[in-house]
Order: sequence, then C-alpha cells, then structure tokens
Amino acid sequence: MNQAATGAGAGGPAGEPGGNRAVVVIGVGNEFRRDDGAGPEVLARLRDQVADNVRLVVSDGEPARLIEAWAGASLALVVDAVRADPVTPGRIHRLVLDQAGAEHVRPVSSHGLGLGEAIGLARALNLMPDRLIVHAVEAAEFGFGVGLTPAVAAATDALTSAVLHDLATA
Amino acid sequence: MTHRADRTLVTKGLARVEGEGAMYVRVGAGQVEEVRLDIYEPPRFFEAFLRGRSFTEPPDITARICGICPVAYQTSACQAIEEVCGVTLPGPLADLRRLLYCGEWISSHALHIYLLHAPDFLGYPGAVELARDHRDIVERGLALRRTANAIMATLGGRSIHPVNVRVGGFYRVPSARELAPLALQLRETLELALETVRWVAGFDFPDFSCDHELLSLREAGRYPIERGTLVTSGGLEFAAAQYEEHVIEEQVPHSTALHARLAGRSGTFMTGPLARYSLNSQWLTPLAAQAARAAGLGSVCRNPFQSIIVRAVEIVCAVEEALRLIDGYRQPAESFVSAAPRAGIGHGVSEAPRGVLYHRYELDEAGIVRSARIVPPTSQNQAAIQEDLRGFVQDRLDFDDESLTHSCEQAIRNYDPCISCSTHFLTLRMDRR
Repeated sequence: MNQAATGAGAGGPAGEPGGNRAVVVIGVGNEFRRDDGAGPEVLARLRDQVADNVRLVVSDGEPARLIEAWAGASLALVVDAVRADPVTPGRIHRLVLDQAGAEHVRPVSSHGLGLGEAIGLARALNLMPDRLIVHAVEAAEFGFGVGLTPAVAAATDALTSAVLHDLATA
Repeated sequence: MTHRADRTLVTKGLARVEGEGAMYVRVGAGQVEEVRLDIYEPPRFFEAFLRGRSFTEPPDITARICGICPVAYQTSACQAIEEVCGVTLPGPLADLRRLLYCGEWISSHALHIYLLHAPDFLGYPGAVELARDHRDIVERGLALRRTANAIMATLGGRSIHPVNVRVGGFYRVPSARELAPLALQLRETLELALETVRWVAGFDFPDFSCDHELLSLREAGRYPIERGTLVTSGGLEFAAAQYEEHVIEEQVPHSTALHARLAGRSGTFMTGPLARYSLNSQWLTPLAAQAARAAGLGSVCRNPFQSIIVRAVEIVCAVEEALRLIDGYRQPAESFVSAAPRAGIGHGVSEAPRGVLYHRYELDEAGIVRSARIVPPTSQNQAAIQEDLRGFVQDRLDFDDESLTHSCEQAIRNYDPCISCSTHFLTLRMDRR
C-alpha cells in the first residue's frame, strides 16, 4: 500500500507534526458526494506527475487532520470544492496565505468544520505551514452520489495544472 | 431582562456538530409548544447504493458514510455479513478488530471534547478562540488524536476510511513488532487521557437529568465496543437479529432522518456514551473506573451535559484496552477467515462513538446484496434530543433568546450528533409568541 499516496494526516509513522516532508498537496473531499470529489480527483491525477518528495494526502477536511497533514511543511497546497453564492460551477480560485498575512481570510469550505477553522486553529497553535496555497473550485452539487458535474469535471485539468505550476515554482 | 411568554427560537446551521441541520423551538403562554430538530438530507442513499453489490463490498462502501466513525460502519457491516456466511473471527483477529475500534473511539471522542464541546463550557465561541487562550489544552487534544490516528494507520492502512478491513478479518495483519511503537505511544497517551478526565470534571454542569430508557450493547466481563448483546435500562435484552422487532423507525414530517422508538414503550430512548456507561460501568478498565469515581460519576450518569466526562473516561478505557490487546497480541498465520457467499439475512451491531450502529443485509446465493438497512445512532437519538430540549427550555424560559439559544445548542451537542451519518450541516429558530 502506498502510504504516501493514501495516508490522510498521519505524517510519518506516528503522525508527528514536523515528521512531514517539505511539500504536501492535500485533496479535500469525498468522492461519494458528487463535486466534493474534485479534491481527491486532482490528487489521483497528480499521483504519477509529482516528485518523490511531494507528499499527497487525501483528507475529509476535518481540521485536526488537515493540521496534522500540513504542520511543519514549507509549502502546503490544498485542493477543495467550495460553495459560492452566486455560483459559477467550475470557476477556480487561488488563495495564498503565508504566516504573516491574511489574518481575516477564512475560506468557506464544503465541510461543516473545515478549512477556515483549520487555518484559525493552526495559527493559534503555531502549526501553519510556511506557505499555504488553496486551490478552490466552485461546485454545483454536493448531494450523495459519485461523479463530478460536467463544469467541475472540466475544471480538474486546469486545477491539476495550477497545482503542478505551484510545485514547479516553489 | 426581557421576559416574554411567547417566543420562537430558530437556529439555522447549528455549529460544531458533524453534519447539517436546524433547530426550532416554539413557546406559547409560558409553555414549550413545539421542539423540532430538522434534518434535511436524504439518509437512505447508501442503502440503495448497496443493492446489487457483492457481499465483500459493504464494509468499504459504508465506511464512506462518515469521516468520523468509518470503523464502526466497517465493523457492523462485517459482522452482519459474517453472520450470513457462518464465519467467526478467531481470537487474534477479533482482538485486532477491537484494537482498531479503540483507535476510532479515542479519535472521535478527543475531537468532540476538545474542538466541539469544551468551548461551550468555557464560554468560547469555538475551538479557535479556545486555542488562542489555552494552546496547551488544545495541543493535548491533538496529541490524543495523533495516537488514535497512528492506531488507525497501522491497522487500517490509513487514518480515515481504513482500507485494510475485509469480511472475515483484514487484508494484512501487523507483526507484534509493528505494534510495539503504538504501545509506547499509548503509554504516554494514558496520562493525557487521565488529564482530560480531570480537566472536564472541573466544568460547571447544568442541573439536568433525563429519564430516557437507555440502550447499549453488553458483553459480560468487558466494556462493550465492537460487539455484544443489546440491553436496556428497562430490562430488555435481545440479539442483533431481534433489533428490528424492538427498535421501530418512523417518518416524521420535518426531518429526512427517521425517528426511532422502542416497541411497546411510550417514552423515548437514548444510545451513546451515557447509556453505555450506565449499563456497563462495572466493566470499565481499572484506571478508567478510578478516573470516573474521582470525577464524581456514580455507576449511572443521567445528565446529558456530563456526557463530556463519560467520553473522557471512555478515552482512558480505550487506551487501556488498546494496551492490553497489544501486549497480548501474537500475529496469526492467516489475516482473515475465508467467507463463501451464502443466501440469508445477517445482522451486525457495534458501539459507534455516538452509540449503537445496526446493519442488516440480505444476500442471495451468489453473495449479491438484495437489501440493506442501516440505523445510525444519531437517528435513534433524535427523539431523545428533542425531549431534552423541551424539558431544558421549559425550566429556563426566563433566559433571554441569545443565552437560551446557546444553551439549546449545547444541549444538542451533548449527543455529539453526527448528522452526516443520520442523513448530513445543522441551522436554531425560537418562536416566542
């Protein structure tokens, strides 16, 4: 089993923060909740395209696990589907947070307790990565079921490219 | 203070619960007239999704219902299917199943205590604000979760939605050597778990008692986790196969989750930590029992607000159990017992962190799932939560809307409702006319 590709939040055997390798890409979501599967889908595409030192983590977005996944990393890239109002399904947003700035940025995740809480908590606990980049895609549908809606499916190529671009220029 | 006899409280998007829903309370002429916990999502998608699938698939598919308690789903599913196939797990495999489940209890309870429930008692709007003032406390919660995740990653292959569980056992079993680092980590965690009990025991608890009939599993000689017989505080005792004769699910107009009641009983029932503890406290592990006594718990606890203490005690119990299981572990030659497909109906029950989780599968002779039924703990507890809210609000009508709303949300969080499981985000509305 490829722990690096499937491990969610257990950085190193004991899951210690700081045991993480320098760069981590986290795909947040659930492929059984339609467009919520965008993050895991992008992670699957990245699997054969990234260097060995890049850790790929699929996460349900639960804050403690997100923090465990990115603590100690120099760069963390998070791919997530988001609700937007008004919504343009498939529209992509790129949000850069470094430790100093963006105190009030709390992205709205598709999850009850999500990315916003994870960032707030990580800041309070001094467990933010040096740099956090969020790639978010606006979702059309979060109901039960498998398969992305057409607009979000079409956006996964651009999302994958955007993540690879960030990795190449890191 | 304003004191109006007629009012309505509505909370849209209840915070700090797993899932999505809303609460509505209407008060008229000084009496609580209506209390509703509204849940919106279609709950039975997974049951339909399972029809036509192979008997080997439900453990992995149902694990996806909940990110917090996938092991519970896998375990109840495995047991139901193993019953049809006539498979019994030998000692070491049964022990590994219990060990994996201990990991889930520690993880789920630590999340609820530290990030979701404690802020209520300490006057913080959420975990982020709590962490700003008490970094060391929140770090202790995260350390508990790291140990739990290590158990899940070692036995389950990864810490969410474990992929190593199969009908009849596991795809791969660890060597005793692989478990040794876990034991080291668990020994350090034990002190953190005991500190957690001491910390939450010092909170202020509203004076409140519920009289729901309590439902939990029981397994003579040890605290129920992954298996057992169903028992109630009213003297019922029945096997998983009789679950549907005793627990009746009904549609209610305002919720997409079904409401449950015990057959032939007029009152409500509850499942979860309070029920488990009250029906099984004599079988807590030694340090857990000692911690419970020191925290002021008797052998029975009926104050839902004190469920946070019971969860902390159960973390101690799970850590001690995990250590005992690892210490006694000898790697079995086979990682699973082969299960051949058979036609029949099987039933599985286990104690998810939030309470009894029931699965039933009907298989044909080729092992194809013909029908499936899943009853998660939160849907069983919905009527009990509403009943608590009714009594709680009635005694506190002199509170202003804001503090009453906050208290009601806290009363809901006592049950750690996993609305993702029972169907999915909560929204409190309070009408005072």
